[in-house]
Amino acid sequence: MKILVPVKRVIDYNVKVRVKSDQSDVDLTNAKMAMNPFCEIAVEEAVRLKEKGIATEIVAVSIGPKACQEQIRNAMALGADRGIHVECETFPESLQVAKILARLVEQESPGLVIIGKQAIDSDNNQTGQMLAALTKMPQATFASAVEIEGDSLKVTREIDGGLQTLKLSMPAVVSTDLRLNEPRYAKLPDIMKAKRKPLAVMSTDELGVDITPRVTTLKVTPPPARSAGVKVETVAELMAKLREEAKVIS
Amino acid sequence: MSILIYAEHDNKHLKSETHKLVTAATQLGDDIHILVAGLDCAAVAEQAATIAGVKRVMLADNPAYAHQLAENTADLVLDIAEGYTHILAAATTTGKNFMPRVAALLDVVQLSDIIGIESQDTFVRPIYAGNAIATVQSSDAVKVVTVRASAFDAAQEGDSVSVETLATVIENTQVTFESDEMTKSDRPELTAADIVISGGRGMQDGEHFAMLERIADQLGAAVGASRAAVDAGFVPNDMQVGQTGKIVAPQLYIAVGISGAIQHLAGMKDSKVIVAINKDPEAPIFQVADYGLVADLFDALPEIESALGS
Repeated sequence: MKILVPVKRVIDYNVKVRVKSDQSDVDLTNAKMAMNPFCEIAVEEAVRLKEKGIATEIVAVSIGPKACQEQIRNAMALGADRGIHVECETFPESLQVAKILARLVEQESPGLVIIGKQAIDSDNNQTGQMLAALTKMPQATFASAVEIEGDSLKVTREIDGGLQTLKLSMPAVVSTDLRLNEPRYAKLPDIMKAKRKPLAVMSTDELGVDITPRVTTLKVTPPPARSAGVKVETVAELMAKLREEAKVIS
Repeated sequence: MSILIYAEHDNKHLKSETHKLVTAATQLGDDIHILVAGLDCAAVAEQAATIAGVKRVMLADNPAYAHQLAENTADLVLDIAEGYTHILAAATTTGKNFMPRVAALLDVVQLSDIIGIESQDTFVRPIYAGNAIATVQSSDAVKVVTVRASAFDAAQEGDSVSVETLATVIENTQVTFESDEMTKSDRPELTAADIVISGGRGMQDGEHFAMLERIADQLGAAVGASRAAVDAGFVPNDMQVGQTGKIVAPQLYIAVGISGAIQHLAGMKDSKVIVAINKDPEAPIFQVADYGLVADLFDALPEIESALGS
């Protein structure tokens, strides 16, 4: 079975973003970029399925500017067999990403698509669901456990209030939650080897997907600042403040 | 402007998110309809019918909708979508699960987790874990929107409208429900509680959360956790507050043994009053806390408990 894993290049999760003074966007100049943490989990899950002998090939896909090839190489260093880069100047909207992925699903016919549940930049949490809808594959989002039983898939999902287990027929789309696995680190020899793995480059035109934005960002502003309050010395003082000053407890 | 709201419920009770969505919807127009989909959930529809401002309530009561699986739910919403200019659902795991399918099948972009409405087509939403706020305008004919309920006040109760039953049943056989395992708690729900007390890695193990639970019971509070506490296996993941967990905005948020990583702050920094108890005076949580207590939580928590008891 082939597994398709979309990965996104985003700002490193440790970086505190700054908003540009002209309010046009956040400032990513010279910011450290990395693979989206949820995508790393997706790659790891695919690699584990390959190690178990369930997956035969892992294809990593990234959509966006040329620099995204860094994240595809990264995925290949972690165990993906080959890469596809769909090159475009900017990062398309989720619906467009889903349409591009749907075209690739048509071309590659994977048994499984494993995708991160959300990108930590746009915080949309949409692409996997949209891809499933467009390709008519069943979906299991926010997965914390994936088990393959023959040609069906048992997925435990993290939902409000607890966990839910679903059974899906394959091909299917699974989106990863944080607790699905702990991603490994790429070893130096694997990083070297990844440089020789095949990486195909395509354009959005070739795939026939229009990436003209439908949503215009009018402005991006910093969130309302919250300033540090006071330090109290004792529990008694804390309780007194909460009762008399903030009046949040009785 | 006709607005469809997907009701958030557990087949027995309508959840407070729905009331908050009605408030959001009133900023878009006055023809507000609610869809209740589930199994044996007629009572939920009755509750939805009493929210002030709601014009129409539709009930789809069928085993196909029992667990609100994305495939069936999205197809049901699509089936009735015609004529609506806006489709709203809460940004809960249910809403996040099925709404992007609705958007994709309508060939429109979804606006996720909005915290403000500027006009019919312009919305405000946090990006980058809440470190930036974007104002975005959609050119799509239908706006498919998930709403951060904590950013809106709950609508009042009003005159009841009648409930219509929908006969349509759409069932997808590619996916079936196997089981669920819900966390049992008598405390208020995390996203609806007025007071939340959360523990982090500093709690050291799951058993120590009992200290937070006793205080929560005295305050009528919900208990939350940081991702570190969840990842360490101290508590179940549905207690996680943060960018990738639940977003809360209670009157009082008490962070105990939580350093205050970006991902955690994204889930709680809109709380009215924030209290931090941490033994590290340099912990970033103190930068957002209204009241900070630098102390060992194992000393402070028993003291708080006895102070509340007296």
